[in-house]
Amino acid sequence: MEALLAVFVGVLTGTGVYLLLRARTFDVVIGLTLLSYAVNVTIFLTGRITVAKPPIIDPTVASTLADYADPLPQALVLTAIVISFAMTALLLVIALVARAATGTDHVDGEEPGADPEASG
Amino acid sequence: MNWPHWIIVPVVLPLAAGCLALLLDARWPRAVARLSVAVNFALLALAEYLASVAATGVVTPYLLGNWRAPFGIALALDRLSALMLVLTAVVAVGAVLYARGGSAKGAHDARGRHFHALFQFQLMGLNGAFLTADLFNLFVFFEVLLIASYGLLLHGAGAARLRASVHYVVFNLTGSALFLIAVALLYGLTGTLNMADLALRVPALGAEAAAPVQSAALILIVVFGVKAALLPLYFWLPDTYSAATAPVAALFAIMTKVGVYCIARVTTLIFGADAGPAAEVADPWLPALAMATLVLATFGALAAARLRLLVAYLVVSSAGLLLLAIGVGSAPAVGAALFYLFNSTFVAAALFLLVDSIASERGEARDALIPAPLGYRAAYGVLFCVLAMEAAGVPPMGGFLGKALLLAATVDHAMASAIWVVVLITALGFIVALARAGSTVFWKAADANPMQTLAARPAPGERAALAWLTAAIVATVLNAGTIGRYTKAAAAQLLARSAYIEAVLGAEPIPPLWNPRAEITHR
Repeated sequence: MEALLAVFVGVLTGTGVYLLLRARTFDVVIGLTLLSYAVNVTIFLTGRITVAKPPIIDPTVASTLADYADPLPQALVLTAIVISFAMTALLLVIALVARAATGTDHVDGEEPGADPEASG
Repeated sequence: MNWPHWIIVPVVLPLAAGCLALLLDARWPRAVARLSVAVNFALLALAEYLASVAATGVVTPYLLGNWRAPFGIALALDRLSALMLVLTAVVAVGAVLYARGGSAKGAHDARGRHFHALFQFQLMGLNGAFLTADLFNLFVFFEVLLIASYGLLLHGAGAARLRASVHYVVFNLTGSALFLIAVALLYGLTGTLNMADLALRVPALGAEAAAPVQSAALILIVVFGVKAALLPLYFWLPDTYSAATAPVAALFAIMTKVGVYCIARVTTLIFGADAGPAAEVADPWLPALAMATLVLATFGALAAARLRLLVAYLVVSSAGLLLLAIGVGSAPAVGAALFYLFNSTFVAAALFLLVDSIASERGEARDALIPAPLGYRAAYGVLFCVLAMEAAGVPPMGGFLGKALLLAATVDHAMASAIWVVVLITALGFIVALARAGSTVFWKAADANPMQTLAARPAPGERAALAWLTAAIVATVLNAGTIGRYTKAAAAQLLARSAYIEAVLGAEPIPPLWNPRAEITHR
């Protein structure tokens, strides 16, 4: 299970970083989204892998670590999801406005090799 | 004044003011601007009060929601946090006064919507980042100040700003992802995110945890290095800062200092000398990278074709100098860094504002380093000269004292000769760059046709802002003794971690005025 999840996080991160480096705003947005998925799964896994364990103390279950899931990473990941979602939305808006203002979806606002004076 | 909740007010007050500003902005923009100024002065008074509390040497903890540390989120006020609050408040007052002041194109805050609301949210994020004693809470405050800064950077729009924004936002989002990875690693290893608790648990980690904890520490340093503009992570800064409107750029002068503050905090508190497997993990990197940052910033300043770019490289170089001192890590060096922090922050903010005022007088030439007619040459020239002396570190200004203290503190360091050479040569480089810029803008201007000058008198708000920041710089020079003693004590407090740890972990919940639980059981 650990190995499978580790590979999953690794593939997500690798794909995210590759897309992030592609210098087109759409690819960058998708890359950042994949990267934030990878990060969210990583945070979630720091609470260790548990299956069908409650995060809140139940009087009928003995209160040992083996019987419960760690609730803190779940709370942290919720915060991280909300923030990364809002940031992605903001980045999309900026990317769209930049596309409209500069006429290209390159992150530098100009096609590589193009004369910067001509496009500005 | 013994109210225990003063510490949270620097976070809550800008939040409330920002929300109010959002509501009222459409109908009463001028009233909102006045509110923003009033809140900034209130924050300054509050920061001074908190600094007077911190100056006694006690670390004041604050438990949010009355949950005991390390289970809840804790804030902590020590000398360093209080100092950062004061710096933020002084710069913010200058920036907001300037934003209200008009110019030929109208007031800066009226060039887009919700300037003051975003400004207040930015202050909330800054103050929160300086006060928090919880790593995840630090991440949240980072995001608050970043979201506000994205909005502020776009204020006034324009293609150059959009281009800079895309880079800035993507870069910082990637930084946030790395921050979360570091936080997750640390939580997975230690089971806590409270900084005081981390300071106890990281040294107790076994040798088998050395690799993950060192990676977590270095990822954190990288994230803060992004904010602090450390080589090779500073390339976003000159474009971003020179694209932002002047009051925003002035406020951003404190943003790089957030990164510096966080590096100072985590390398002393969590990854300090006695941190077991992660002890002094940043030491091989920080001084060398900081010196390289200084050198490249000087090249950038010498090559800058516009005044704003020159000032932006000044911000990079001051971050380099600060990180160099923190990388050296001894108490006198950190003390010198904190002393230099005052001057470098104020002078960068003041120069951004001054350059904007000058640019608005120069017609088509704006802030390009070419001869052009200029109104109020004498006044601008003298002010620029004073600020440039301060920035380059020429006696008798505070920048000189900071650099001298730093050099004195590194005499015994292993890399002393390299540090001395780099600091002194880059100072010379900046003197050359600033002198050349000043002579082009102020002296060659005499050759131009005086009839072409626009000579619009700067608006009262702009003059007030420049006077305010200049007064702050002069005040730091005049009170150098007091400030020096404070920063020395702050550095000593930072390196002696036990007081901070004991204060945060030993904090007692405040008895509530009204206990709903007792009332429910009573019934």
